[in-house]
Amino acid sequence: MALLEVDDLRVTFGGRDRADVRAVDGVSFSVDAGQTIGLVGESGCGKSVTSLAIMGLLPSTGVRVAGSVSFDGQELLTMTTDEMRDIRGRDITMVFQDPMTSLNPVITIGLQVTEVLSRHRGMDKSDARAEAASLLRRVGIPDPDRRLKDYPHQLSGGMRQRALIAMALACQPRVMIADEPTTALDVTIQAQILDLLKQLTEETGAALIMITHDLGVVAGLCDRVNVMYSGRIVESAPRRELFADPRHPYTHGLLASIPRLDHPRGTPLTPIPGSPRDVLPWAQGCAFSPRCSQPVDSCVQQAPALGPIGTSGVHDLRCHHPVAERVLEEQR
Amino acid sequence: MTEQGTGADVLLEVRGLEVHFPIRDGILFDRQVGAVKAVDGVDLDVVRGTTFGLVGESGCGKSTLGRAILRLVEPTAGVVKLDGVDIASLKGEALRSARRRMQMVFQDPMASLDPRQSIQSIISEPLRAHGMADDKAVMQARVRELLDIVGLPTNAGSRYPHEFSGGQRQRIGIARAIAVNPELVIADEPVSALDVSIQAQVLNLLEELQAELGLTYLVIAHDLAVVRHIAENVGVMYLGVLVETASSDELYARPLHPYTISLMSAVPIPDPVIEDSRQRILLTGDLPSPANPPAGCRFHTRCPFRQETRCDDERPALREVLPGHQVACHYAEDVLAGRIGPGEPG
Repeated sequence: MALLEVDDLRVTFGGRDRADVRAVDGVSFSVDAGQTIGLVGESGCGKSVTSLAIMGLLPSTGVRVAGSVSFDGQELLTMTTDEMRDIRGRDITMVFQDPMTSLNPVITIGLQVTEVLSRHRGMDKSDARAEAASLLRRVGIPDPDRRLKDYPHQLSGGMRQRALIAMALACQPRVMIADEPTTALDVTIQAQILDLLKQLTEETGAALIMITHDLGVVAGLCDRVNVMYSGRIVESAPRRELFADPRHPYTHGLLASIPRLDHPRGTPLTPIPGSPRDVLPWAQGCAFSPRCSQPVDSCVQQAPALGPIGTSGVHDLRCHHPVAERVLEEQR
Repeated sequence: MTEQGTGADVLLEVRGLEVHFPIRDGILFDRQVGAVKAVDGVDLDVVRGTTFGLVGESGCGKSTLGRAILRLVEPTAGVVKLDGVDIASLKGEALRSARRRMQMVFQDPMASLDPRQSIQSIISEPLRAHGMADDKAVMQARVRELLDIVGLPTNAGSRYPHEFSGGQRQRIGIARAIAVNPELVIADEPVSALDVSIQAQVLNLLEELQAELGLTYLVIAHDLAVVRHIAENVGVMYLGVLVETASSDELYARPLHPYTISLMSAVPIPDPVIEDSRQRILLTGDLPSPANPPAGCRFHTRCPFRQETRCDDERPALREVLPGHQVACHYAEDVLAGRIGPGEPG
C-alpha cells in the first residue's frame, strides 16, 4: 500500500441556485515515500482543487467531496477538523504558488516558522527559534538569524518561496504538495528552487506531489507524470516514457505547441485549436474531443476509460483513438 | 523612405537610452537622494521587417525600455530614432503621427482591454484617435477586416471582452495594435499570461501578420524559448543594460556572457533525456537593486566565471567579439576559448 492513495476523488461545486460544476471527476493516483509525481494541466483542469481536497482545505459549504484519500492507511476525507489539523502541516504540507499572498504580511518570518514548530512539535520559544534559524539555513537563506526578524516584504520573491519551503519542512513531513511553486519566479530562481526540492526529497525521503502547467519542470523532476484535462487524468506514465511516447492527443499536442530552447528558429509550432473552455461534458463523450486533431465517432458518444496501453504495464491512457506509437528513430 | 543609408534597413535605432526614476526624500525639502537606473545606456538597432527579442528577468528594465521607445515614459537621456527621425524632438501633431507608426501589444489581455467597451469600440479607438474613422461605415468595415485578420468571427464587434477567452482577448489586443497600419509593434510579454496550448496560436498569428503586413517587432519576454522561436536577433538585458546581442541562432549556439550561459542552462526543456544529462549552472543570490547597482561589472556579484579584481572594478562595455555578436564581458574571449569555466562563485 502506497503512502498516499487518492482513489476516485470527485469534487463538485454547487449551490442552491447554481448548476453543479464537477471540478475533479474521478481522479486516482498514489505516491510512495521518496517518490515525486507530477500533476500537469492547464488552468481549470482541476489540478489545484485536487491538492486542496487532499489537504482538506476546501470550504465546508458549497462543495461536495467524494471518493477516498488515504494517508498511511488512515482515511483523510472523513476526519474531523481537529484530526485533520494535526496531520496538515505535520505529515502533509503544502507550498503554494505565490509566496507574497501565502505569507502573512504583518507577522515576521520568524514567528510564522516558529508557529508551526510550537503547534506540531511542542517546542518552547528558544528551541523553536534555533530550529527555525537552522531550517532557513537549510533552504539556502543567508544570515538566517537576521532574516527571522524580517517581514515578508523585506525578502525577495525567491527568498519568500524558500521561507515557505522552510515552513513546509519544519515538521519533517512525509508528503509535500507543491502547487506551481516556481511559476511566480524568474527562471534562474526557479532552477534554484527546483534543485532545492529535489535535494530535500532525496535527503528526507518525503513524497512530493508537483502540480504545474510547465512540462519542462516535470521533465527533470518527476518519477511519474499524470496529465489532467477537464477534471480527469487522461494520461499517466513514467516521465521518460511519457515524453518519448505521448499517446494522448492532448499530451502530444501540448508537446508540439511549446517552443523549445534546443529547437532551431523556424521550427513550426502546432497549436491545439480552441481553448480549454471548449469542453464536452464527460457524460457525453471525451472532454477533449472538440479540440482533438483526430476524433472518431465514439469520442462524442461515450467517454473513454483510463486503461493500460502498450506492453510496459505502467502507461495508462484515456482515449478511443490514441496517437500512433512513435517509431524510435523519429525521436532523435 | 529611409534616410538611413547604412547597409541594413534600420527602422528603429536606439542610442544611449537611459531612464532613471528619481528617489525622493525629505519632509520640508523635496530632495532627490538617488535614482533607480531602470535603463542605463542601451544601444540597439531593429532592422525593418525583422523581429528583435529582448530577454531578461523581472526588474532588468526590459519593459521600461519598451515604454521609453514609445515615449510612454520620458527617457532621461539618449536618442530614439524611427526611420532616422529623433522621436524625442517631436511635439504635438508630429509626435502623434509618429505614434501611429509604433503600436504596442500588452501582456495581460484582461487588464489591457476596457471591460465596458465593446470589441468594435476597442479596436476602432486608435482609428478614431488618429482621425482614420471619420466615416462610420468605413470604420465598421475596417473593424470586421481586422477581426478576420486575427482569426476572430467578424460579428464579434458588438460583444464585450469578458465573453472571450484569454487567447481570443490577446487577438483583440493585436487587432487594436495593427488597426492604424503601424510599422513597428512592441509586444511586451505577449504570451506569458496565456495557457500553454494557446501560446502557440498567438505566436503563429504574430508570425503570419509579420509576413503579410511586413511588420517590424520588438518582442519583450522573459521566456528564452519564446524569444528564440520568434526573433531573428536577440538582446539579453541585466540590470538596465544589454549584456549580449547576437542573431538568435548564434546566441543559442554560442552564448558568451556568463549571465546568458547561466540563464540558458536554467531553462527547463520538456525532454527527460536532455534534462538528466544537462549541466546546470545555478546562480547564487538575487538580482541586486537597480538603485544601487554593483560597481564594476553589474553581474560580478552572481557571476560563476568572475575573475579577481578586474570584474569588481572595471565596467565592461558592449563590444563585438565575433562578427555580429556583441558581449559586455572582459573575458568573453576566454569563455569562447574555454579557458575559464564556471567555478564556485566567490
